[in-house]
Amino acid sequence: MNTTGNVLILIALLPFIGALVPGLMIRAGRNACASFTAVPTAIALILLLTFAPAVMDGEVIQAEVEWLPQLGLSASFFLDGLGLLFACMILGVGLLITLYARFYLSGEDPVGQFYTYLLLFQGAMLGVVLSDNILLLLVFWELTSLSSFLLIGYWKHLPEGRQGARMALTVTGAGGLAMIGGMLILGNIAGSYNLTDILQAGDAIRASEWYLPALILILLGAFTKSAQFPFHFWLPHAMAAPTPVSAYLHSATMVKAGVFLMARMWPVLSGTDAWFYIVATTGLVTMVLGALIALFKDDLKALLAFSTVSHLGLLTMLLGFGTEAAAVAAVFHIINHLTFKAALFMTAGIIDHETHTRDIKRLGGLRHLMPITFFIGTVAALSMAGIPLFNGFLSKEMMLEEASHTYWAGSAYAVPVLATIGALLSVAYSFRFISHVFFGPVRDDYPAKPHDPPFGLWAAPALLVVLVVLIGVMPFLADGIVAAAASAVTGAELDPHLKIWHGVTPALFMSIIAVVGGAVLLAMHTPLDRAWIKAPRPEAKAIFDQLIAAIVALTQRITATTHNGSISRYLAIFTVSSVVLGAIAFMGGGLSAPTREMLPVPAVIAVGWVMLVVATISVVTMHHHRFRALVLIGIIGLTISAGFVYMSAPDLALTQISVETVTIMLLLLALHFLPKETPKESPFGLKVRDGIIAVAAGAGVGGLSYAFMQRDISTISSFHVENSYEGGGGTNVVNVILVDFRGYDTYGEIIVLGIAGLLIYALMHALLEGPAARRLRNADYAQDRSKDRHPLMMVVVTRVLMPIALMVGIYIFLRGHNQPGGGFVAGLVVAIALLMQYMASGFAWTQDRQRIEYHTLIGFGVIIAGVTGAGAWVFGVPFLTSSYTYVHLPPIEEFELATAMLFDLGVFLTVLGAVMLMLYSLSRIARYAGTTVNVDPMDYDPSSRVEDTPEAR
Amino acid sequence: MELLVASAIGTMTAGGVYLLLRLRTFPVILGLALLSYAVNVFLFSSGRLAIDMSPILSKYGEASYTDPLPQALVLTAIVISFGMTAVLVMISLGAFLESDTDSIDIDQADTDEDAAK
Repeated sequence: MNTTGNVLILIALLPFIGALVPGLMIRAGRNACASFTAVPTAIALILLLTFAPAVMDGEVIQAEVEWLPQLGLSASFFLDGLGLLFACMILGVGLLITLYARFYLSGEDPVGQFYTYLLLFQGAMLGVVLSDNILLLLVFWELTSLSSFLLIGYWKHLPEGRQGARMALTVTGAGGLAMIGGMLILGNIAGSYNLTDILQAGDAIRASEWYLPALILILLGAFTKSAQFPFHFWLPHAMAAPTPVSAYLHSATMVKAGVFLMARMWPVLSGTDAWFYIVATTGLVTMVLGALIALFKDDLKALLAFSTVSHLGLLTMLLGFGTEAAAVAAVFHIINHLTFKAALFMTAGIIDHETHTRDIKRLGGLRHLMPITFFIGTVAALSMAGIPLFNGFLSKEMMLEEASHTYWAGSAYAVPVLATIGALLSVAYSFRFISHVFFGPVRDDYPAKPHDPPFGLWAAPALLVVLVVLIGVMPFLADGIVAAAASAVTGAELDPHLKIWHGVTPALFMSIIAVVGGAVLLAMHTPLDRAWIKAPRPEAKAIFDQLIAAIVALTQRITATTHNGSISRYLAIFTVSSVVLGAIAFMGGGLSAPTREMLPVPAVIAVGWVMLVVATISVVTMHHHRFRALVLIGIIGLTISAGFVYMSAPDLALTQISVETVTIMLLLLALHFLPKETPKESPFGLKVRDGIIAVAAGAGVGGLSYAFMQRDISTISSFHVENSYEGGGGTNVVNVILVDFRGYDTYGEIIVLGIAGLLIYALMHALLEGPAARRLRNADYAQDRSKDRHPLMMVVVTRVLMPIALMVGIYIFLRGHNQPGGGFVAGLVVAIALLMQYMASGFAWTQDRQRIEYHTLIGFGVIIAGVTGAGAWVFGVPFLTSSYTYVHLPPIEEFELATAMLFDLGVFLTVLGAVMLMLYSLSRIARYAGTTVNVDPMDYDPSSRVEDTPEAR
Repeated sequence: MELLVASAIGTMTAGGVYLLLRLRTFPVILGLALLSYAVNVFLFSSGRLAIDMSPILSKYGEASYTDPLPQALVLTAIVISFGMTAVLVMISLGAFLESDTDSIDIDQADTDEDAAK
């Protein structure tokens, strides 16, 4: 990639980098925040402008960074005429808005947040217009929805702001989802997700049978974003946002994103009947409807919002026409609309700011009170009306010209007439803006005394108005950028010459009709307004709210019926569906002939099997007696351990037997607090149902396992056996797999175990602070207790066993790499030895002697394992690569020191810590159970003389 | 032999599933323990059964070994299932102490109340 590419990526990233600053310096004040927002924007704009000459010459600047090539997703950007136009608008208006917002927002608003949101949004928009990859474009597209949500809802205390933000997010977000589908179809047809490739594949895409679905889905995204009918309703409600946001998002950027997308996809999607009828018709309807509603809106911002809807409709219609001249008109109007509409929004904001109302019916006569605002607003509004010498006139003429020779379903009049009506209404509401706000008598009941704002507030709109007039008088100034952008839209070399006078054309007559008709309409506004207010109209917000309420009610009903709180029902559904799916899969595939002979069954094994099966059945039948069931579970576990020994799995046998011990201890401890009997409450039918499900599941799993064991498959296991000694330095293949070949898995597993331990500890704490603690203290567990809680024999035996058990643990740990054993088993053995002390002498006594916290053990275990693994990096080999050497320390037999052993030490410590923490937590609950605790090892001291003890007397 | 192991796995699964579907916490924990046994043995058996072929490399020449990989997987599975059981035990104990019932199903009345909120 070259430097120009790097610069392009930098431009796209600058707003995001800059977004960090204002949010962090939230207390630094408005000036600082605004400055730090302006800096990245300005830098990006300057960098962008350095590309301008090359791009205007038709060059396309590209940059690509691989991101997820497997998905076809790369962070690639490109800059052509269209991108340049939009990027300049986004950054340029962004700068103006930054300035404007500095003066508009009050010191009490969290300004840092505002600017952070603004930069995030700016970055997202910039990403949309610069993306070369449609997947990347979709990411940015969704980002604009999210960041605009934050901006619209910026005044969190206003319910309208929150509702408007939610509505905008719902509508544009849903459209965005539809667009994802459309884009994926498009990428699938073109065989690439790169926009530049897709733009080349227009013919293939239009010919594809998937063209229509893709078109509709993409248009859904574009229409919702650009507020086209019938999705237009969110835009007026989004006006609850602070005015700088409205001026930025709803005149210049976000709503233009949909238009941008249609323009971007123009070479690929346009030129078909479907495109013309969907896009042009939607645009036309939106244009007329938006203008009509705008005429009767009393809120200045609502008027401008519906006017924006109308102008977006105009742009959509022009793109829908599918001709090159229409594309030129659209591009030109994008620029013009930006200038006058942003200026008008800012004017409305100034009026709101100074008079504290936006209601047209409470305004009027401001021309003398606010002369500067009056001048700016009037020029912008005249441009919006399409009066000559202002830029709005030029593009509106071009639009009417295009409309005048467009046939709609064979009719030569439909489009021109409707377009003229749209223009007429547009003139009417623009004139209304001027006359009802600035003209008329000066009133004495303004909510605040109006006066012109400080320079900072009117500087930005003034600059825009200068552009309005400049382009209006000297349209050739815009030739270059319009040509570059229109060429990029159409893919053809266009060289339009923008001029004021086109001669006596149909468009001129249509324009004259529009201006005269608009003036007449305004004169009749009062009676019309009365009629409009009386007329029944569908209220979009009410419909939207009802729709949302219906969806919520539906989902609630679904949730209530499927999630009724009966866990056994979920489990039954889950089991049944697993069994059914398994059965279907089993029937779908054939079963090959068995390839393995069955092993013989010695008598001892048969006895073991009988024990296991009888114990299992007994657990089920006797589970109401919980202690008995626990004993039977112990039998099953021990039988399985014995089976592991017999079937060449000594490591498993060791692990199983020690885990079994700890599990039973754990369950015993828990059972101390739980009811000792399970009530018989299941009705007979339920038992039969569960029995059938259980037998089906058991038969399925058993059959599967039987079929499995009778057949050979090729495995990767021989690799482990062959490399265990050379590669891992150990002869116990299972251990080498654990600490070396699959050390990563083991590392993850000990972390899980550690987390489980900590979780239990945390649960215990939460319990002991809640109502459970009171219940525990009041419960009487004494009747369950032995009279001799800490028997002498047990205390003595566990003390004697302790060093032996520890030695066994160390032995098992050290031999683990070559013989059955290892960190897991050693950890469990040591844990059992420690638990014995708790059991023999009680919690308090043992706790007094505990030196190291169990959390620490877990932490050290994970750290040691991790550091050992990372140590491999020092030697330039991958994580967890082990090395080893043999050590002979007389009198111990030769043993091996491998880094894997250090890793195993980590395993050992974590297992020990986690197991101890779990049982410790449970026994700590017992400590709260309201009975006395002993600090002595035994209830009585046998070394004291008999006559001293109270019982002896 | 294979038949015995398979039927044992099947029996334990059936017992485990039946107990899982009970209405109180303790049988469910027992059921889960049974199911863990069944799953562990099932995984272990996927390495095929072998007798006197422990995966401990012999110093004395050629020998055949059973498949060590399932064993390694099951070893960690045993330990993890202990951790899981412990968490479950703690949760059910907490639920019992907080609400004075060890029933696992939420009362219909309670859910209706929640919905009404």
